[in-house]
Amino acid sequence: MTDGFQSCAITGSGGSGAVTAGMMVLDAAARAGCYGLMTRSAGPQIRGGESAAMLRFGASPVACMGDSFGILAALDWGNFFRFAGEIPLTAQTLILADPGAGKVPPQLEAYSEQIRWVNLRELADSLPGGRFNMVAVGAIAACAGLPLAAVLQAASAILRAKDAAVIDASHACISLGFQQFSSDGKEPLGKEPDGKKTTALPEVPRRWSISGNEAAGLGALRGGVRFVAAYPITPATEILEWLAPRIARLGGALLQAEDELASINMIIGSSFGGVPSLTATSGPGLSLMMEGLGLAVASETPVVLVNVMRGGPSTGIPTKSEQSDLNIALYGLHGDAPHLVLAALDIGDCVLTLHWATRLAEHLQTAAIVLSDQLLGQSRAIIDPPGLPELNLARRCMPLDQGGDYRRYQFTEDGISPISAPGVPGGSYTADGLEHNESGTPSSMAGDHAAQLAKRRDKLTRFDVGPLWAEISGEGDLCLLTWGSSHGAVLEAAATLNASGRPTRVIGLRLIAPLQRDALLAAISGTRVWVVELNQDGQLFHYLRSEAALPEHAMSFARPGPLPLRPGEILTAIAAEATDDHR
Amino acid sequence: MTTASSETATHSSTTLRAKDYKSEVKPVWCPGCGHFGVLAALTKAFAYLGLPKDEVVTVSGIGCSSRIPAYIDGYGFHGVHGRALALAAGLKAARPDLTLVVAGGDGDGFSIGGNHFLHACRRNMDMTYVVMDNEVYGMTKGQASPTTQPDWSHSKLTPRGTGVPRFYPAAIALAAGASFIARGFSGDPNELVRLLVQALEHPGFALVQVLSPCVTFRPEQKGWKQAVHPVAEPAPDDPGKAASLIQSDDGLAIGVLYAQRQPVYQPRNRAEAELAEIEAEFLL
Repeated sequence: MTDGFQSCAITGSGGSGAVTAGMMVLDAAARAGCYGLMTRSAGPQIRGGESAAMLRFGASPVACMGDSFGILAALDWGNFFRFAGEIPLTAQTLILADPGAGKVPPQLEAYSEQIRWVNLRELADSLPGGRFNMVAVGAIAACAGLPLAAVLQAASAILRAKDAAVIDASHACISLGFQQFSSDGKEPLGKEPDGKKTTALPEVPRRWSISGNEAAGLGALRGGVRFVAAYPITPATEILEWLAPRIARLGGALLQAEDELASINMIIGSSFGGVPSLTATSGPGLSLMMEGLGLAVASETPVVLVNVMRGGPSTGIPTKSEQSDLNIALYGLHGDAPHLVLAALDIGDCVLTLHWATRLAEHLQTAAIVLSDQLLGQSRAIIDPPGLPELNLARRCMPLDQGGDYRRYQFTEDGISPISAPGVPGGSYTADGLEHNESGTPSSMAGDHAAQLAKRRDKLTRFDVGPLWAEISGEGDLCLLTWGSSHGAVLEAAATLNASGRPTRVIGLRLIAPLQRDALLAAISGTRVWVVELNQDGQLFHYLRSEAALPEHAMSFARPGPLPLRPGEILTAIAAEATDDHR
Repeated sequence: MTTASSETATHSSTTLRAKDYKSEVKPVWCPGCGHFGVLAALTKAFAYLGLPKDEVVTVSGIGCSSRIPAYIDGYGFHGVHGRALALAAGLKAARPDLTLVVAGGDGDGFSIGGNHFLHACRRNMDMTYVVMDNEVYGMTKGQASPTTQPDWSHSKLTPRGTGVPRFYPAAIALAAGASFIARGFSGDPNELVRLLVQALEHPGFALVQVLSPCVTFRPEQKGWKQAVHPVAEPAPDDPGKAASLIQSDDGLAIGVLYAQRQPVYQPRNRAEAELAEIEAEFLL
């Protein structure tokens, strides 16, 4: 644990139980009082293929995976080579391997001295109902210094739907695996030598175990969303699957649509009916939803769309992450179509960002695109429960004493017109994607077009969004400006820079459009700016350039996914700045 | 059988007349367009049923016929091409208390919106879909639609005709699981009002294909006045019999082609939990 965190990667074939084992280790770390983060990686296969869980945990919140892993536990070697880029190893990495899993792959020949053998299969087979991934959980826990009691509690919790015999077998396997490394001279923390099942653990704060996709769903519910239209797509589907039963319990509804075109139009319909509404998708689906988003903008119908980014373009890399949908989110709509674009900065922030986006869309009567990505969506974190901010942003409803003079698209000082909903007497209107006048009557006259365009722009640009537009931390003459899941790696890079005597400021943009240009310019004033992001061409960098929101000397550090950004490569880029050319 | 030729409400305490449902917006339709008759029939049907103006919502896509929401004094949504049924499904799911009429044309409904049409039929949400079928794209000045005859060669886009068989709305609706299928003619307003009333009263998805002549790009459709005829027999409630009737149909038979009670899909639920209970699931 050189950096205050413990980290491990568990790899195996799909179905070997690598992800379940990772969940158990993460849960155990939480019960031992740690914060944690677990990311998943898999190929595009439906069943089989390769699968990996990558974990990092410690006494402080975990922002990202580190530059390398302390432990590699291989359940088997099937397709191990596919993880070569995702699981960096060092001379200090401890490799747990099962002699029954076959020959060690050539990629690990240089690390042969670091391999510690454990008979996962043989030990599992010695117990009735034993599973070798559970033996591995025990072995990993012992090597990582987790108390056995925490692991046993975690197993009970994760397997609670199973028969008692399954839980007992898992406990026995975990204990066996644990003993392999708790008695060989390497003392684990909180050792439980007799393998007791229910040893009390010290009191630890009650934290949340939550994935980014679950957090996005929860944020939407906090924001008041009570209708969702859904079409499955990786890696956004879990938002919808999590929401389906829960929104029903809250009196709302989720409707599985026939396609993305239907999804976006369904939520426009439900929102027109007065119910805050959301859909979730990923790149290809976002492309299909652009026409509908334009309709929401033109008709001033509030909708929220969560786009969980994956490698693109086209079908791209569906199971792995990238931050390359910013351009389409900003510019994909035809015509002059001002709308909101937000990005969540970490798993916990998915709750806040979705909550805020929903309320902003409702208040400003427009479309909000919220960008998440596979790395956020399909990772699970141990976090402190996110607070519930006061966001007094609601639909501005028409006054009930309108006296027959109700004009849906009435010009107001701030551009926000009072809205009605079907069933409200005196509030009737036709929402329209055609250009229209204040009453909603279709109009192709130049004056009406210019006035309505300006109204729809001004209501966004004149609105005071307050301090939530960005997360700003640290002071210094170096500024790392980033968005989305890259925020974690940037924070950690900045911590290293600060510790090495180079004071660094970090800005994570939460509201990307409309850009809070003046506030941003003030925040980066007097600093050397680096814009850091996970896409090939520096999409945020070029957007900020086009908005005249960057100083001439600003630098871009951008590279494509799917490998997540690591703190070390950001530091390397900054260190090499003198020899870099400007973009 | 319901009779609904009167302009006034006959079984409601309200006194709304058909003209009360008309807005002051002047239609963009060509003089003589069949859609005027559909608009008139719709407002008469609303008046007959005494529907509160604020609780009827008309939803449409794009095209000549899709302009209808602006011409009705009530809530409406004029959306984008082909997506009216999807928008209406979301609205109905969120607001089951409303009466929904979806209006559109043959291109909007059966070409760009074809997938939504299939799934609206099988989803069977409670709404009435009025398709004004003139076998041509009028708003873009005369291209072939899915219901156009394969040898119609008057479009610059398909100067040798489409060469593809026609789309038969009734047959496809039946195969896709629609629970009410009717065909009307805009030149027979009394019968059309009667069909619309039945469709509005039908619980579930009701398709009313209205033959509505395009006098500008398909002037020969003026001949529909003489060609249409009543359906040969009362509407069957058996899909097999309906399939037989529809297969032998010449496309000009007016009346209800199929009607059957089927479960109506409505996903809206009653609240049984607080958000705090759901948040508690995350606590370790």
